[in-house]
Amino acid sequence: MTDIQRSNWLHIGVVIALACSFFILPEYHSGNLARILVLAVYAMGYNLLFGYTGLLSLGHALFFAAGMYGLGLAMQFFDFNPIAAVIAGLILALVVSICVGFLALRTTGVAFMIVTLMFAQAGYLTILYFGEYTRGDEGFVIQQADRMVGMIDLTSPMGRFFTALLLFAICFFIVAYIVRSGFGLALVAIRENEERATMLGYDVMRLKLQAVVISGVMSGSAGAAYALLFGYAGATFATVQYSIFPLLWVLLGGAGVTIGPLIGTIFMFYLIDYSSAITPAYMLIAGLALVLLTLFAPQGLAGELRRRYLPWLP
Amino acid sequence: MEFGPHLILASLEGAVIAAVLAMTAMGLSIVFGIMRVVNVAHGEFFMLGAVIAWWVAHLLGGHPAIGFIAALIFAPLLVGFIAAISDRLVLQRIDYDPDRTIVGTIGLLYIIQQVTLMTFGPEARPVEAPFNQRLAIPWFEFGDNGFEIYWPWGLSITSYKLFIIVAAIAILTALWVLMTKTKIGLIMRATQQDSEMARAFGVPVKRVYAWVFGLGAGLAAMGAVLVVPVQQAHYLMGHDPLLLSFIVVIIGGLGSLPGTVIAAVLIGMSDGIISVFFSPTLAKILATLLVAMVLVFRPQGLMGKLRS
Repeated sequence: MTDIQRSNWLHIGVVIALACSFFILPEYHSGNLARILVLAVYAMGYNLLFGYTGLLSLGHALFFAAGMYGLGLAMQFFDFNPIAAVIAGLILALVVSICVGFLALRTTGVAFMIVTLMFAQAGYLTILYFGEYTRGDEGFVIQQADRMVGMIDLTSPMGRFFTALLLFAICFFIVAYIVRSGFGLALVAIRENEERATMLGYDVMRLKLQAVVISGVMSGSAGAAYALLFGYAGATFATVQYSIFPLLWVLLGGAGVTIGPLIGTIFMFYLIDYSSAITPAYMLIAGLALVLLTLFAPQGLAGELRRRYLPWLP
Repeated sequence: MEFGPHLILASLEGAVIAAVLAMTAMGLSIVFGIMRVVNVAHGEFFMLGAVIAWWVAHLLGGHPAIGFIAALIFAPLLVGFIAAISDRLVLQRIDYDPDRTIVGTIGLLYIIQQVTLMTFGPEARPVEAPFNQRLAIPWFEFGDNGFEIYWPWGLSITSYKLFIIVAAIAILTALWVLMTKTKIGLIMRATQQDSEMARAFGVPVKRVYAWVFGLGAGLAAMGAVLVVPVQQAHYLMGHDPLLLSFIVVIIGGLGSLPGTVIAAVLIGMSDGIISVFFSPTLAKILATLLVAMVLVFRPQGLMGKLRS
């Protein structure tokens, strides 16, 4: 088997295994898994920028929230049907990511992190400022009756799970395709040595902007799906904490590995889930994980796996 | 409402914000200037200072002044010590790699914040000010009786708030003397300019870094001790100072100390004045966008020089 065949089987196998798990797992865990899949899409969007292009953004919550509010406000005030509302969310995320990418990519390194952080903070405050429409921190509920696509009820466990899985599978295959394409390899070249990539004739600025936009729209799709499937949009999802989460998931799972975000999201979700039952200070686990990861396993779980046993992991 | 007296009040409140902000941002600026480290956990060192001030004041009891003075000495030392230890345990081991430093300090942020939540609890707790007289704000008018001074009803500031401004000026002056006139300052500046050359001349660079990191955190803690009688100690209080310090340090020029003070006064005063007359949320939106734009279009800051 060639490496390409192996990675194809891996991606298809992961999706099939996830589909089967719905029928095997007890309802509590399959409900969790639906949430994890949506969040893993967010993490995959983040991974494309951080893991493959080497750009550390501290403001991805802005894209997530753009998708979430694009969908939520369209449904709340303009009575869009779910499909049209998802498209509205994606368009808002697209516009926001083009603007942010265009401005923030003029900076590099630490300045890029701070600029993205500041944009996300401004976005969060804007949501609060227009609290009359967005309901600020309190957020608003998307009514159950609105969350129907044709005959499929997105509020039923099964409809919810398989919609989440569908979105996950689409994004998963897109990422798998991108990282193997010439575009994806050029992104890795930028990550490894930006000057050399420029010298080889790549339009680095344009490639980076494309990476930001794809990453932003993917994060936005996760935000839209989250609001649609779980029926709630709130400003909490635009806070710094939600910019840190995808970083944490990707670092834990393995940056620059296609299955890394999924692994990281599953582990961190259950770590936080179990520890929040014990103590209200559950973010302590996240903090410890971040410090330990930077110290001992900067490549994350899948990264270590690739380094030691499976060098073909995409 | 009369515009003049309110403007004076807003400026004084703004000056209090600016004074505390200048100290906190100075800590961040020193750490960035000398170590090239972006310390995301800086706001938590501020919070720790306030929380420790509460513990000290609570344990000592007696007259509030005793607890306050003890806190002013003890809290920065303890916070500085904690910071120096975390520099040794985390930052030094990853060799100050920029990306990993950010991630590591984000981790430290949550560890400090959540351990405080577990020990100190979620309540906001007040610390009593050592003295707290109300001082009415005078205003004048040219009325029928010619020039006269009067005290508009309800407008006042406390003596303690004025003390904050004076204390911050004193501490920052002391810091300036430390940095420019003493051997410690000389060593720090040498490390800043060229750490390898400093090492060649026998400067223990690693120990200097630990001290600088401690000093930066200690400054934030000192600012917090000053402000805690006005604002209560709470485990989430580090968030705003962190963002504002970032804003100040960037506007002032990354690593430029005079720029930091000027920017702190600018941001603190305008924050105070805009918040009184307009919506505080709008003020914050404008400030964050301004910072992003400064970084995008003038990365050396308003006062900084371009590094080659």
